[in-house]
Order: sequence, then C-alpha cells, then structure tokens
Amino acid sequence: MSVAKNININLKVWRQKNAKTKGSMETYKLDNVSTASSFLEMLDQLNEQLVNERKEPIAFDHDCREGICGMCSLYINGRAHGPDTGITTCQLHMRSFKDGDTIYVEPWRSKAFPVIKDLVVDRSSFDRIQQAGGFVSVNTSGRTIDANATPIPKHDADRSFEAAACIGCGACVATCKNGSAMLFVGAKVSQYALLPQGRVEATQRVLNMVRQMDEEGFGNCTNTGACEVECPKGISLENIARMNREYLAASMK
Amino acid sequence: MTLDSKIPEGPISDKWTDYKDHLRLVAPNNRPKIDVIVVGTGLAGASAAASLGEMGYNVKAFCFQDSPRRAHSIAAQGGINAAKNYQNDGDSTFRLFYDTIKGGDYRAREANVHRLAEVSANIIDQCVAQGVPFARDYGGMLDNRSFGGTQVQRTFYAAGQTGQQLLLGAYSALSRQIGLGRVQQFNRHEMLDLVKVDGKARGIIARNLVTGEIERHSAHAVIIASGGYGNVYFLSTNAMGSNVTAGWKIHKQGALFANPCYVQIHPTCIPVHGTNQSKLTLMSESLRNSGRIWVPKKKEDAEAIRAGKLKPTQIAEEDRDYYLERRYPAFGNLVPRDVASRAAKERCDEGFGIEANDTNEGVYLDFSTEIQNKGKQTAYAKGNHNPTPEEITKLGKEWLEEKYGNLFTMYQKITDENPYETPMKIYPAVHYTMGGVWVDYNLQSTIPGCFVAGEANFSDHGANRLGASALMQGLADGYFVLPYTVSDYLAGDIRTGKIPTNSPEFDEAEKRVKDAINAFLTNNGNKSVDHFHKKLGHIMWNKVGMGRNAQGLAEAIKEIAALKEEFYKDVYVPGSADELNPELEKVMRVADFIELGQLMAMDALQRNESCGGHFREEYQDSEGETLRDDENFKFVGAWEYKGYDISQEELHKEELKYEFIKIAARNYK
Amino acid sequence: MAKSSILSSSIAKKVAMALSGLFLVSFLLLHVSINLTSIFSADVFNECSHFMGYNPLVQYVLQPILAIGVVFHFVMGFVLELQNRAARPIAYAKNNGSANSSWASRNMIISGLVVLAFLGLHFYDFWFPEINYKFIQGMPIDETRYFPELVHKFHSPVRTGLYCLSFVLLALHLWHGFNSSMQSVGFNNKFSRGLHKLGYAFAIVVPFGFIVIALFHHFNQ
Repeated sequence: MSVAKNININLKVWRQKNAKTKGSMETYKLDNVSTASSFLEMLDQLNEQLVNERKEPIAFDHDCREGICGMCSLYINGRAHGPDTGITTCQLHMRSFKDGDTIYVEPWRSKAFPVIKDLVVDRSSFDRIQQAGGFVSVNTSGRTIDANATPIPKHDADRSFEAAACIGCGACVATCKNGSAMLFVGAKVSQYALLPQGRVEATQRVLNMVRQMDEEGFGNCTNTGACEVECPKGISLENIARMNREYLAASMK
Repeated sequence: MTLDSKIPEGPISDKWTDYKDHLRLVAPNNRPKIDVIVVGTGLAGASAAASLGEMGYNVKAFCFQDSPRRAHSIAAQGGINAAKNYQNDGDSTFRLFYDTIKGGDYRAREANVHRLAEVSANIIDQCVAQGVPFARDYGGMLDNRSFGGTQVQRTFYAAGQTGQQLLLGAYSALSRQIGLGRVQQFNRHEMLDLVKVDGKARGIIARNLVTGEIERHSAHAVIIASGGYGNVYFLSTNAMGSNVTAGWKIHKQGALFANPCYVQIHPTCIPVHGTNQSKLTLMSESLRNSGRIWVPKKKEDAEAIRAGKLKPTQIAEEDRDYYLERRYPAFGNLVPRDVASRAAKERCDEGFGIEANDTNEGVYLDFSTEIQNKGKQTAYAKGNHNPTPEEITKLGKEWLEEKYGNLFTMYQKITDENPYETPMKIYPAVHYTMGGVWVDYNLQSTIPGCFVAGEANFSDHGANRLGASALMQGLADGYFVLPYTVSDYLAGDIRTGKIPTNSPEFDEAEKRVKDAINAFLTNNGNKSVDHFHKKLGHIMWNKVGMGRNAQGLAEAIKEIAALKEEFYKDVYVPGSADELNPELEKVMRVADFIELGQLMAMDALQRNESCGGHFREEYQDSEGETLRDDENFKFVGAWEYKGYDISQEELHKEELKYEFIKIAARNYK
Repeated sequence: MAKSSILSSSIAKKVAMALSGLFLVSFLLLHVSINLTSIFSADVFNECSHFMGYNPLVQYVLQPILAIGVVFHFVMGFVLELQNRAARPIAYAKNNGSANSSWASRNMIISGLVVLAFLGLHFYDFWFPEINYKFIQGMPIDETRYFPELVHKFHSPVRTGLYCLSFVLLALHLWHGFNSSMQSVGFNNKFSRGLHKLGYAFAIVVPFGFIVIALFHHFNQ
C-alpha cells in the first residue's frame, strides 16, 4: 500500500459551452491533490477552485462513484477511463499520477455521442438500441412460470451474466478507432441469446438492434480489440463474435 | 388531519388478495385516455412505468440521469429476498413477513409487510422471465445466500451486482414500452414542483437539465419513485445525484413526511479517508457471510496499527476481539445492520478503531478463516483429501474470488490494499432511509392522485431495513402494487379528459420554480453549494447519526435553522438558468436537504425511545441494546409542512396495530 | 426486413470483408507455393506457371474471380474506412492507441494501401507483359520463358527492396487480418483460439516465403 501524499498537476481540459458552439482545450493548474483522492474528487477540487475564482466549473457526468452506474466517462491521457484497466473513471485514483504530470481530459468522441457541454456527452443512442430489441417481451403479471421451472446450465447463466454486466458507459465506442458500438450491442444480444427465455425473439432482436446501431452513426468493428481492453467490466470480444453469428443466422431465415 | 391507512379488514394472508379483487378497474379502451407521470426510474419507478405502459396508460417517465438505467438501484450489490424456500430451510411467506417486522424493530405496518412477503416470490419469477441472469448452481437451479437478520437462505443474487441486473431487467421492460410508444421517457429532467388542481395531483413542473427549459407536464396521477434522502449527510453510499427534492416538494404541497429520523447506517463501507472525499463506498453485506469482524483486544495494538507500526496479520488470534460473535453468539457476524453498526461504533468510541483517519473509525472484516474453510471443502470436493496448506489457501482464495471477485477488486482499486492477503477495513456509513413520504395501503400520499413508491415512501421497513429487502420492495411496489391501486384511483378519471397545462395552478407552480432559480442565480453570496452541504452533513453525522441524544438534537435543530439562513444569504451559484448547470442543480437539492435535515432532528428528538436505526443514547439497556417504548411510541410519526419555518411542522400519529405478530423485544443473541 | 438492408448492414459488410480476405489468403498460399518451386527447380516452376497461364479454367474463371475479389476487398475496405472516420468527426487531442491494440490492427488501411500499390508494380512487372506477350503480340507458346522472366525482375536492388518492404506490410496486414476475419464470421471459441497461432504463423511464413524468393533470385543472378 502506498502512503497518500499531495501532488501538483496540470490539466488540459476540453471546454465547450454547448452543443452548438466550438470547444477547445483549456489549461488549469491544481495544487495539493491527495493521491488518495479519486479522479473525480480531483475534478471536484478543481471546480471548487474555479467557483471560488468566480469562473464557471467544468461540467462532467458522474453519479454513483462506485463504478456501476456507467454515468462517468472521460478520455484521460488518451485512454477511456484513464490509464488503469478494469475500472471506470470514478474508480481511478490520483495515485496513478505523478507530481508535475500534465493530464489531458477529453469527452468521449463519437458522432453518435454528441457533446452537450464540456465533458458531458449524449449517450441516448444506447437507449434507442436497447429499445429496438434489448428485452424479452413478457408483460408484468405475477403469473409467469416458477423461476426454477426451466433449469439453465450454470455455464450459460454465468456467460449471460458476464455479458449483462455491461454498464453502458460507452468506453468501447470512445476507445474504438472506428467509434463502433459492437461490444455494447454484442453484450446485450449475447445476454439474451444465451438464455432460453431470450431465444424466442433472438432473430428479430439481433436484426433490430443492429439496424438501430447502424442508424445511430456508429462505426464498424475492425476487431482491434481495444474495447475489450478498456471495458471497465471486462466484456469479452466473444460477445461480438456471437452477435455476428446470431446476425448471420438471422439473416438467412 | 386524521391519517387513514386504509388497511383492509380480514385475516392477514387474505387481505391483499381480497382487496385486490375488489379494486376498481379501468377498461382497456379507456386507458389510452389517461396520463400517468412517474418520477424516477430506479426499480420502483422503472417497474411501475413499464407495467402501467403495458396496461395501456400514457406514461411519462422522468429521471435526472442521462438514462433510466443509471438510477441508483443499480448500485445495490448483495441480493433480493423472496420466500421461495428453494433451499428447504423452512422459509415461508409468514417467516419473511415476521423477519421483516422484527428486523424493523416493530415499527412497520403489518399489512404492508405481509403483502411485500406475498409478492416476493412473483418478483423472482417475473425477473427470470425477463432474462435476469441470477446465479445458478450446477443443476441449473437458482442459488441463494444468507443475509443479516435471518436464519434461512432466501436471498437471490447475481454476483455482487444484483441491483444492476434487476434494474437492467426493469429498464429492459421500460425500454420495450418506450420503443412501442407507450412510455415517453424524459432523461436529464428534474421534477421541481408538483401541480395540484382541486386538491388532486395533476402534473409536475420539470427542468430540462440540458437546455434549462422549465416544462409543464400534466397527468391524472403522479407517482414519485425518487429514492431516499441519505445524501442529507453529504457523505453516504448514495449516488452523487440522489436527492429528496421530488419527495420534499410534494411534502410542501401537503404530503406528510413520515419517520424522517429512521436512517440506516450500513455496517460494511470503506472508512473515510480524506477531506476532499465525495462519497462512501459500500462493501456488500453479503461479505458478512464469509468475513469475521474484529478489532484488537488491546488498545496499544490498535494504536500501533493506526500509527502504521503493526499489521493486522501480525495480531495473534487470541488478541483479536470478534466482538459480534462475542456479543451475539446466535447470529454472530450476521446480526441486522443497525446492531452491527452500533457495535462497531461502540468499539471505536472505546479507542479500538484501526483506521488512521481523523476519528480513528474503522474495524476489520477478515476472510482468512473462510479461505481455510472453503479451501479445504473445495479440495475435498475435488477428491483431494490431503491438501497442503498452500493448496488450501489457493483454493480458498479462488472460492472467494468466484463469490465476491468484483467487490474485492473494487476494494483494492479504492484502497490500494489486497483483501485476499490482509483484512478489509470497514466502517458504518449512511446507506438507506426507512423514513419517507407517508402513504396509505394503496401507496397513495395524503395528496389524492400522488403515489409514492420504493425508498421514497416510508412504508415497509419500520425503523430498520433488512439486507436484500430494498430491491424486493422497489419491485413489489412497481410491478405488483401500483398497477392495481393506481388503476383503482384512475377509475374515477375516465371522463376527465386531458388535463390542460395552461391553468392558473400550472402558472403558479411554474412561477414558484422560476423564482427559486432566479433567487439563487442572482444571490450575492460567496460560498459554494458544497460548502453548505458539507456543513449540513457534519451536523447530521455528529448529532443525528448513529448515536443521538436530546441535547445534541436540540443543538442540531438550531444549527440547521441557522445554516439555512446563512445558505440563502451566502450561497454562490455560477452560470445561468438556460444551460446545463450542475451547480444550479445542486443548490436546488441542497436547499431541500437543509429543511429535511432539520425535520429529521425534530423527529429524532420527539421519539423518546431507541428503535432500529434510531438510537437514542438515553434509551438503552445495560448491554447497550435499543430500548423501545411500545406504550408511547408505537406509532408512525408523520409531519405536516407549515411554511418556511420548519420548526412549525406539525406531528400526526398513525398508531401501529400488531394483530398477527406478538410484539417483543428484538433479540439476536 | 428487406434483404437489401441486411446486405448493407455493418455486420454484413464486415463479414464480406472477412470472406473476401480469406479468399485472397487462399490465393496467396497458392501463389507462394508455386513461386517457391523456383528456388528448387526452374523446370517445375516453368511447368506450374505454364499451367496457370494457359489453363482455360484458371484464365477465364479463377482469374476474373480473383480480380473481383481484390477489387471488392479494396473498395469495401475503403468504404468502411471512410464510414469509420465519419463516426468520429472530432479527433482526440491525445490518443494512446498502442495501450490497447496492435499497430497492425489500427492501420489496416495503411498496410492495405501499400499492398495495393505493390499490386500495381506487380501488374506492371508481370501481368501487363504477360498480356502483351499472349494477346497483343500474339507470341507463340514458350514453356520455358517464365523462370528467366522471374529472375530478371529481381535483378534491380531497388525493385527487390520494394518487394521485400511490401511483403513486410503484407505480413502486418495478415497478422491482424487472418484472425480478424475469423472473429468477423463469428468464429470465436476454444478451437478458434487454437487457430490464432496458425493465423500468426501464416502471417509470417507466407510473406517470408515471398521475401526469400526475391532475395534468393537477387543474389543468384
């Protein structure tokens, strides 16, 4: 365990007033940042400094601050969610940086994720993909069959869960050189494809979700594998392959 | 005002079925003529919006996050209870009902809790049908784990991400309705006031957080499912955006606010580490299945650990005080949350805390025993009956990783310590609020047409919530209660027609919101919003926290009232109203937290007893356990808003009747 | 859903890219095998080359298919590249791509364009003279001309150098392309992971074979 200490850093942060204006990188200096702070707490500290100087604080998305809600984003020093792997930005701690470092902070860059302000982007394209087919068509009733009536092999249930662990943060899109959303869509398609209750609609699901994905303006997967490395939940590329299979099978029906 | 809980007559196990069978219905052809607003898209809100959408109502769902999937239900880790008795350990609806009432220290309504236990099994069926990937065993059957306050295994889970999986299930159902056009979703919108027409809830005023536009939305009924108010303490396990604003605004419009002092302090969170800390992180209670909680027996050992001179692994077994196992042999490390939290505080107050923070507050959660036990078991299961110590340790660690891997990783990322090698450090933190808007059996507040669900209402957990019951309640309210009770209410509205938004009531509500925003933006202050929020949190944690007393509470009431004056005079909000302005969002929320904080202290002061999460130091037995006063305080304390001065709020009492459970002292020994 | 929209979807495009790539891979294997014979026996090489040059099936069926494959792979690759660039209108000020992906995977367009440019040179060297010989000049069949033509081309150190450089880029293209095409057609399981090593071996061995041939003849003039 490293002992917490204070460091001074320089920040280059993307500032953009709103979706219609052009933005630019601005430079800030921040002193006395505890290495035990999280990256977002460092930004809080910077914002407190800006407010005290009567300047406008930096807008950034965040909510749960424990790596599960998927709200936080940020492209830090050229990487989605920063230099560490397997975590979200809110779980990144300042002990990953050194005194005197210059840190670049940019929003997710994708045509399908337009910037709303500063570091805040609009990811509702993910919602629309989900709305196109990311569900099992079962109504609320209290009259479904007993939960244990259909045994599901542990292996399938576990793979399904691993795919379902996606938090929809968009790091896969942000890091992909093509701005492709296939890891996100592949994970959603896989979650249901692996379960008997999801098989019924599998054909329509994959066709509809892929169609919506394409309409949103995401790029195409070229299998660089960057998404898998940067995904905070370790979603596997297998899910993209599974989606490809599902799609091919569905196309032939 | 008399509080009518509308609890139906009859034997407890038939109440809900009979009642439901006699509720009024709205015919399918009439439903599209009726609008319903749902504020909040967590488990309760998303499930309600999806279900009402499926039924054919026009639903408008609102959330302040950028997607409904991000509501804070997502962060629930451990699991969801259901009386399925899949493990054949004698579980039943009655036992879940009984455990919940007892766990809540006999301060919850019997009828509501029984209904919750009844529908619990349906929730699991519904979620599995939706494709929620719960953990399964090798036979393909659903797996269960134990949680605090119970002696059965009834908790269903999906690794340490059960809340996420359940919310994504509800979100998928909601997404389906949005795709079908049955639900209109408003992301990045915050409800800032309720609109009442002729005494009924008929709409809301919401701010589009991106454009800043103040919007009017009308409906025939409004459902508030906006979560709890733990962020009144500034530091809590809640998400940064979690707030009480929707609940507080309806309170100001006439909805009573019940039991605000019932706050759950969760025993297993990562201790505070610094002054710039923004939130506390929960380590799932499920870890108490496998971890043993201890502090050093000797004060000098604790001091040496804090000074960094000694490591926990160097403390010999006989020098460790497993204080939960010592004090509560029957339940041990699995006592309910409030009991575990207070026990940790007791040890730290006595000087045995092990964390080197300002208050020395922290205890150990140790997995070394479990590593040995499970390592051995696994070795045997693999046919190795003579495992070496190294093999046992290795297999034990693998077992832990399979069960809690993501939690251990999270812990390591935050603290930079490896919990497989050294015990976790934990300390209680504010986690859940049992209090909330008062609702009757229909989940309707004292404002007709304004329903409140999930953590935002007060109804099911009494003075303390058992682990894995919040998810259960959220989904029970949204999937299996509101669709019936809201329909019953709406049956009277089939001829009403669309509610116009150009009425004087909407004008007035919009003006209230705009005035409040302008007042903050033109305020000539010089302190940030967080400055006040932190100050409020400090008062709350110290005087309305885990241990409370009359003197501290009286002080807190005064200090908060003074803080409110200072806040309105001195707060500075940068930016403008017509843009994305996070500081403006925060100031609106903190204004409500300050008022609520004062009410919490008032509620805690009037409740001259200890029960569940409300521990008054004056009322404890010789062993430091809570001492209830059933004769004088067996009631729900519901407060009525009386204007700007919160100290003028009026207390109304709803007497709690225990017809089916014999009320007794809560004993986990 | 209409069939046409399925064919224009992102996944259909990448599957088409993968299949055309795999087809070209099989051609490469054939090509390098024939050329390698030139190291051991001029006669065998001449025999194979003559068969390829005058067999009607090869000339009028396989060769056009190959040409279509090359053009398709190129055009599709270019279309995808443009689409993918459009998916990120504003570039990052700082991007650390090497932290999570290989150079080869991120620069298929560069390695592909180099290989394409090489194809131009290759056509200029062999295919145009061949067409000229056979159809424009209408010269008689000579079953022994192939080997000397080959050796002659590797006389120039510049040309040999260009050839070798192109094959290095081809190796990089195959390094990513071979396994990428497996993933694109949905083949990702324990067998495909075993196949990964074969893919990498192929990416090295085949271009290396071409390089050996070029250098062998250059130094054995």
